[in-house]
Parts: sequence; structure tokens; C-alpha cells
Amino acid sequence: MVHAVQVVPPTRRRRALGAHLGLASALGFLAPALLIFGVFVLYPMVTAFSYSLFSWSGTARGGFAGLANFVSLFTQEPYATEVPRAFGHNLLIFVGTVIGQNTIGLALAHALHHTTRGRRLFQTLYAMPYLVSPVVIGYLWTLLLSPTFGPVNKVLEAIGLGQLAVPWLGNPDTALWVVVLVAVWQWIGFPVLLYGAALGGVPPELTEAASLDGAGGWRRFRHITLPLITPAITTVTVLGFIAAMESFALPYAIGGSSGTPAGATDVLSLVFYRTAFESGDSNGIGLSSALATCLFVFIFGVAVLATRLMRKREESLT
Amino acid sequence: MTSLTTTPGVATTPTGKTIRPRGPRVGRGVVTVLMSLYAVVAIGPLLLMVAGSLRTSADLFANPVGFEWPPTVSSYVFAWQQANFSRYFLNSIMVTVGSVVISTAVSVAAAYAIARSQSRLVQIIESVFLSGLMLPIHLAILPVFYLLDSLHLVDNLFGLTMVYAAAGIPFSIFVLTAFFRQLPYELEEASMIDGAGAFRRFWSVMVPLVRPAIATVAIFRFVPVWNDFLYPLVLIRSADRYPLPVGLTSFFGQYQTNWSALFAGLVIATIPLVLLFLLATKQIIAGLTAGMGK
Repeated sequence: MVHAVQVVPPTRRRRALGAHLGLASALGFLAPALLIFGVFVLYPMVTAFSYSLFSWSGTARGGFAGLANFVSLFTQEPYATEVPRAFGHNLLIFVGTVIGQNTIGLALAHALHHTTRGRRLFQTLYAMPYLVSPVVIGYLWTLLLSPTFGPVNKVLEAIGLGQLAVPWLGNPDTALWVVVLVAVWQWIGFPVLLYGAALGGVPPELTEAASLDGAGGWRRFRHITLPLITPAITTVTVLGFIAAMESFALPYAIGGSSGTPAGATDVLSLVFYRTAFESGDSNGIGLSSALATCLFVFIFGVAVLATRLMRKREESLT
Repeated sequence: MTSLTTTPGVATTPTGKTIRPRGPRVGRGVVTVLMSLYAVVAIGPLLLMVAGSLRTSADLFANPVGFEWPPTVSSYVFAWQQANFSRYFLNSIMVTVGSVVISTAVSVAAAYAIARSQSRLVQIIESVFLSGLMLPIHLAILPVFYLLDSLHLVDNLFGLTMVYAAAGIPFSIFVLTAFFRQLPYELEEASMIDGAGAFRRFWSVMVPLVRPAIATVAIFRFVPVWNDFLYPLVLIRSADRYPLPVGLTSFFGQYQTNWSALFAGLVIATIPLVLLFLLATKQIIAGLTAGMGK
């Protein structure tokens, strides 16, 4: 599943002298990491699945429920309404960020690559939003977009666009788009850094040769640079997918745990959080675990599948 | 790209078209303008945050866009002293530094064993660790909660630290193993002849050589742990133990109208990351690209 692009491990050398580390010492070195990873990641991950197969009353596990929790998730209110709606919002965040990253992000990275003066400064400025905590970003935008004292609406009024100075986060029709756009804005820094590294790996001789053959800037980019940085594009897309499907902190900071206004900023992780920790449903643990399992299978499945498909395409491109 | 040009800046194609490696002047000018415009888009909101934290709330309400001279740091004093931010900050530092130290330490040892052992079992263990690279671990929050509950580690910063330490292991092992594998066996052979045992070779010969990778891993893991929100939201109950992201939520609930203080709180939560990025851009980018190609 993992193909390092930057750090390429050389093929392991089998020497006559043999490995320097016997199995016993190797296990000794591995033990602390195995213990911590096993207890705090593997064990909970596995039990998370099992939780979804039981019915629960409060924190007490009841009988084996088979797939009943999964069925309830799609038939029982409010989940039958909230889950598909939230899923749509997650998808929208994903589509928005992928478009933003592969247009604006890619263009910025490309421009940066051909800049010498101020390159480091621009890179830092572009990357900054990506590094800041999504909680901070979410709260910051609620302040900036506040209808009464927010600078955004004040500026819009000042430049004669007063009709655009609406309560962005109070209206269900605009609130979701705010979340999507803020996510796009925040995540553009990621491809700027990553594509920057990938572009640095494109041999300049290739583009030079193409320009000698009379290829213009766009054609050089399209037929030489782009195929060579496809692995990076795959990475950005897959990681963007995982992040969009898991997104929690940003919508929480903007719309709270219930996705106000009127569920417009709701996402799957918020539904999960409410079901597990805030709902009065006595089977909250069973239902939320079923949701987590679905989400897990979807995220992991799509990520693995997409990586495979893109690898194949990359091979045909290069 | 510049190496081609014998006459500075000019080369001619068979069709007679002139190539400037950096593109025509006008084109460059447009690109620079667009780049600067986006720089304003990217950094503008963050500058408003900093500016807002240095003004009084009354001034912010009277004039949302602007700057007051002289700036005032009273909001920082308020957030830090009255609104518990010194506590949140300390909690965040303890959890982040603690988890990064633990996960890096155990991962260095594990990565060494993975790189230097040829046992089939060790290879299987490696694939288990690497499968963790793509796990959406936040989805295991419920079992993590009950696990910590049974260990009496709910509402406990050490419990939170261990969860983050475990979450950082796959990435750290992935990067460190690649580095160990690049080091030739001969380095260890010399000390082996001198009679050094496995631990001596690891500690005195190998660890000093992978220092750059250790720096990358430690610095890169700092960012997601510092920013994480869901785990402390669920696992920490007392306000005294909140790390910054959760502290911010209670702060925003409590001081809704004190905008200047709200901005100051946001800045306090952000400053360490900005400093880290400015001081260690190289390591952070190396960390990002190490995960490339998953």
C-alpha cells in the first residue's frame, strides 16, 4: 500500500554475514512500539467493529444484534434523514477541496517553482492556513463573517456590494458554502507544499528539450510536467478525501455539534459524535459504531481503490 | 532550466521563436500580481486575527477593519491570566511534547529492528504498522474512551498523550525505517568487531546517523497533535486539563462579546505552529512528502 516516492528504501541486501539482528533482539527493539500501538490503536480499532454488532442500553452491552444497527441507521429517524444529508455535505467538501487544490493550488505551486525572488516568503504565506488548527480557522471565520461586527460584510458595504452583506452563517443556503469555501481556502496550502516538492523532481532537461522542439508553456506543462507529478496529485486527492470524510473540527467550530443552522453544516463525524455522546438514544453506542464502521469501510475502501486505479493510470501516462 | 541558455536569457527554436526560460516579461508580471493577490487571500484573514487581538473590543465594534495605534496587549493578558489560557497552553505543550517524544523513541527502536532484521515475522509486524498509515483512527474514539475508562485514564492528560503517541507510530516508523535502510551495514560491522552488542550499535552508531529523520518525524508529528480536537473533546472532562483547541470552545462560549480576547485566544493557539514552521520549514515539507505516494 505504501510506495515511498521521496524516500526510496534501497532493496534489502542479503549478505553472507546475515542480518545483524537476531529475531530475539529484533523483537526486543519492537516490543515498546508494538505494545503501545496494539493497546491504543489496534485493539480499539477492532473492538469498534464489534460494538456495531450488538444492541446497547446506555453503556451496557446487550445481545448480539447482527446488522440491526446498520438497518436502523438508514430507516430510523432522525438518522435516516441526517446521515444521507451529512454524507452529501462531506462529498461537497471533498469535491470543493479537490478542485481548489488541483487548480489554484497547482497553479500556485507551478508559479512558485518558476519564481526565484520571494519564493520562500510566498511559500510560507500560502502554507500558513493549512498549518493552523481547523478549530482556530472555524472560529476565526465565524468572527470575520459576523453580520453585525464582521469585517467581511463591512468591506462589502464599503465597496458598494451591500446586497452581498448577508448573515452568511445564519442562512442555511449560504452556511454550507462557507464551510466548503473555508475548507478549500485552508487546504490550498497542502498542495502548494507537496506539488512544490514534486515539481522539484521533474528533470529540467525534459522541459528544455520540449521547448527546443517548439512546445509552448501549456503543452510543456500538460505533456511533461503533469504526467510526472501525477503521483503527487494522487496523494493530495486521496489524503483530501480522507480528510473531507473525517472532517469534524471545522464544521464543529462553525456550526456547533448540531450543524446549525438547520443542519446545513452537518457532516458525518458530527452525526457520529451526537449519536454517541449527546443523543438520548439508549442504543447510541450501537448506532454510532455502525455509522463509524460504514464510514471506515467507505474511507479505507475508496482510498485503497483510488490509489490502485491511479497507479495504473500513472503507469499508462508515463 | 537556465543551464540551457548560452546567450543569457535567449535561445531560438528552429521556428525562430525566442524562448526566455522565465517566460516573457509581461507574463511574469501578471503571474507576480496574481501570486501577490492570492498571498493576500491566504494571509489576510490571519492578519485580521492578529490585528483584532491588538485592539480593544470597543474599537473592533466601532470599526471592524482598521488598526489602532498604539496597539494594546491587554487582551493577551486577560486571556492568559483570567481565561485560563496559560493552563490550556501548558496542557497542550505537555501532551504534544510528551506524545511526540514517546512515539519517536519507540519508533526509532522499532524502525531499526525492521531495517536490520530479515525475519519473516518482523516483516509481518512491519506491514501491521504500515497499515496504520491510512487508518481513520478518530472513528475508534468510543472503544478508546472505554479502554481509557477501564485504565482510569479518562480525563487524564497521560491517557491522551498515550493515544497520540500510538497514533504517531505508523508514520514515524515509515519514515525512520527508510532512513535506516539507507545506512550501509559496514558502519555497524566495525563496532561489532569491537564487541559492541545490538543496543550499543543502535545507540552509539545508528541513532546519531538518523538524527535528521528523527527531527523530521518529531517536528512533523507536532502539528496534528497540537491541532487535534476530537480526542480531547471526548476524553478530557475538567476545564483545568483542556488543551488549547477544547479550551477555545469553552472560551468562545463564555466570552462571546469580548472579541479582542477571542482573537487573542486564537493567536495564542496558533503562534507555536507558526514559529515551528518558520524555524523548521524543511522538516515539515520533508514530513509531508514522505507520506506522498501512499
